[in-house]
Amino acid sequence: MSNSTETESLPGQRFRERFPLLALVIERMLLSVLLLFAVSVLIFGGVEALPGDFASTYLGQSATPQAVANIRAELGLDRPLVTRYFEWLGGAVQGDFGTSWASRNSVSEQVGNRLGNSLFLAGFAAVIAVPLAVGLGMLSVHFRDRLPDKIINVISLAAISLPEFFIGYLLILYFAVNFGVATFPATVFEGMGLIERIKAIALPTATLVLVVLAHMMRMTRAAILSVMSSAYMETAELKGLSAWRAIVKHAAPNALAPIINVVALNLAYLVVGVVVVEVVFVYPGMGQYMVDAVTVRDMPVVQACGLIFAAVYIFLNMLADILAIVANPRLRHPR
Amino acid sequence: MNDFTKYLAGRVTAGGMNRREFMGRAMAAGLTLTAASQLFTESAEAQQPKKGGHLKLGLEGAAATDSRDPAKALSQFMFVVSRCWGDMIVEAEPLTGKPVPALAENWEPSPDAVTWTFKIRSGVKFHNGKTLTVDDIVATLRRHTDEKAESGALGVMKSIKDIKADGDNLVLTLTEGNADLPLLLTDYHLVVQPNGGVDDPNAMIGTGPYKVASFEPGVRATFEKNADDWRSDRGFVDSVELIAMNDATARIAALSSGQVHYINRVDPKTVALLKRAPTVEILSTSGRGHYVFIMHCNTAPFDNNDLRLALKYAMDRENMVKTILGGYGKVGNDFPINSTYALFPEGIEQRAYDPDKASFHYKKSGHSGSVLLRTSEVAFPGAVDAAVLYQQSAKKAGINVEVKREPGDGYWTNVWNVQPFSTSYWGGRPTQDQMYSTAYLSTADWNDTRFQRPDFDKLLLEARSELDETKRKDMYRTMAMMVRDEGGLILPMFNDFVNAASKKVKGYVHDIGNDMSNGYVATRVWLDA
Repeated sequence: MSNSTETESLPGQRFRERFPLLALVIERMLLSVLLLFAVSVLIFGGVEALPGDFASTYLGQSATPQAVANIRAELGLDRPLVTRYFEWLGGAVQGDFGTSWASRNSVSEQVGNRLGNSLFLAGFAAVIAVPLAVGLGMLSVHFRDRLPDKIINVISLAAISLPEFFIGYLLILYFAVNFGVATFPATVFEGMGLIERIKAIALPTATLVLVVLAHMMRMTRAAILSVMSSAYMETAELKGLSAWRAIVKHAAPNALAPIINVVALNLAYLVVGVVVVEVVFVYPGMGQYMVDAVTVRDMPVVQACGLIFAAVYIFLNMLADILAIVANPRLRHPR
Repeated sequence: MNDFTKYLAGRVTAGGMNRREFMGRAMAAGLTLTAASQLFTESAEAQQPKKGGHLKLGLEGAAATDSRDPAKALSQFMFVVSRCWGDMIVEAEPLTGKPVPALAENWEPSPDAVTWTFKIRSGVKFHNGKTLTVDDIVATLRRHTDEKAESGALGVMKSIKDIKADGDNLVLTLTEGNADLPLLLTDYHLVVQPNGGVDDPNAMIGTGPYKVASFEPGVRATFEKNADDWRSDRGFVDSVELIAMNDATARIAALSSGQVHYINRVDPKTVALLKRAPTVEILSTSGRGHYVFIMHCNTAPFDNNDLRLALKYAMDRENMVKTILGGYGKVGNDFPINSTYALFPEGIEQRAYDPDKASFHYKKSGHSGSVLLRTSEVAFPGAVDAAVLYQQSAKKAGINVEVKREPGDGYWTNVWNVQPFSTSYWGGRPTQDQMYSTAYLSTADWNDTRFQRPDFDKLLLEARSELDETKRKDMYRTMAMMVRDEGGLILPMFNDFVNAASKKVKGYVHDIGNDMSNGYVATRVWLDA
């Protein structure tokens, strides 16, 4: 920030000093809005740049010049790019994402349903993966360079090295086909009981847990280890604290910031990056919906999905930063 | 036992045919009296259809963008959905492709095949309790003629000038004579709805064997048995569940783990592996779809018939079927019709791979340099591999084919029907007339070989209104020869529909009309415990 703005925005400066956290949140929110705006321009431009527009890709081989022209005229695709973008934006800021070009249904309604499914799966995977990863990380610090540490490392690295669809297929092969203990496909639908739902998503959840586990576990391990080598940990050891207690009470809080960050990244991945897992397990989530839409250039749906994904990503990152600052007061006063 | 008698036996088993009818038709198909009689007893006893059970199908082709309106049905998934809850006016017989009664009991054309009178069946009830009347049928057909309804059958309906009721009869007047009208009415979009679906096209209420219990586009559809069904030879299971499964491996896993009873679109590359599963049966049915290499007859260098013939002889068809379709297909003969069509012209010599003839015609054409072939993975599964295989077989004839791989996005807009030599795919049509009218008539939008022959066009129109089948068959033969020897079409293969089912599924009918037993799979099979 330059000097001139500092003197001019004195009340802002004072606010920032009194409520550093709140100021940060507000600043981040404003930035997020700008980011979302940029994302929407990028998506719009990107889809426009793809060869073939909605009319020609939707009709595919059966497109006749007349049919293409009819659809273009009906949807207003014959008007200039900028006009169409601002029309869409006008609706979007009022919370109206329009109707899908392909099915002529309300986008908000359909997205709501799919988003719920995606969040359910992601949430369930997170509830299992996060404590497991952090716990395993602590365990492997405790048994550093001994057999349990090595086993945990090898298994989690093996899991992250395999592509997610392959893990999915392996789980299906063993648990659904060979042993017949798990439910497959993981199709969930309206009116399905909670227990049924949880049974249905067992395999995709397991896949996601295996995929995100290693990243978080390794980061936990590395962060705690670096803290462990610091002076106050030596003191803790010297004053006779048990090793486990020293890790939980002293090392973990100081190692929280990087762990929170990597957890947030993985949570975001669980929501926005699971298209492949959704396809493999036949799970009706957002990813599959967006892919369907991109293949026919169904712009309103692509835009809505893209914005939601971006928003989830931005929100989780912001949350991670805030939590890191709360956990570590030193970050509150950037020099 | 050939396919037709097998089918007849199946109908007996399904309870749809009595002894007298069966004997007559089986003997007409060439069985002796004793053989037919024995077959009837065996079929009637051996595989009695079992009623009851819950049938689950895992199907490719559903999307969140699917519409409930049968007029707008596009996907494989919605095709089966509307077959479950709805009925057509006329159906096509599974093994001969001839029109058979459905909601119309019988029909009669005027001598010039312009005016058609259909007698509508009485005592049929819709799922909402209303009785079917001729007015519902009139309203249905009228809705599909309306441009705003965006019906997939609009092209078919354009040939109908007037739709009206006459007492209990439906009277259709055409713009010109068409002997194939009953078959045109088998189009799967033309599901009869109460008041034609004008009030609510998305209600999914019809006269079919199953009532819709729930439907979520792109996810799942469930059905319950319609207790008031007007037919007893279908709808054996109590309830049906269709699950959208767009991933090929997911479908195979679901079938082999016993979670579903039937899947569609088995990849030819993995059929051999799936076959090894002890509980699974592969169901492969001849189809009308064909993979093609198309040349524009009016664009240099393809405006030279010798070059076209050279390129036709340079195609190793047997190898294509073996490699690209894994053996699940039949070789093509450079005209778009195969034996699954009614009035198929038999006895036309099969064109074979012949490098000598290819090289002879190539030299005669005077063309030099390479020939550019454009292809893409979206043209048909394995299209790029097929183009490279073709390049190899053409090389042996001294023809240098240059293969250019185009992006899948925009292939149908920028390459197919635009560039002079490319790979493509054609689905079948209900009749020969429709196939030729769609893509070989000079004025057709989709004349993707730029085949412009006034004598061909004239013959096509004459054959359309010809009610004498022998004469018509001769005409179709002449037309097939024209396309085969002078057209721009290289047709190496017709692909089979490859589906798979659990061995518990009985009574599957190999319907030549379309994939998945012409969409009727759920209504025709039963589960053997």
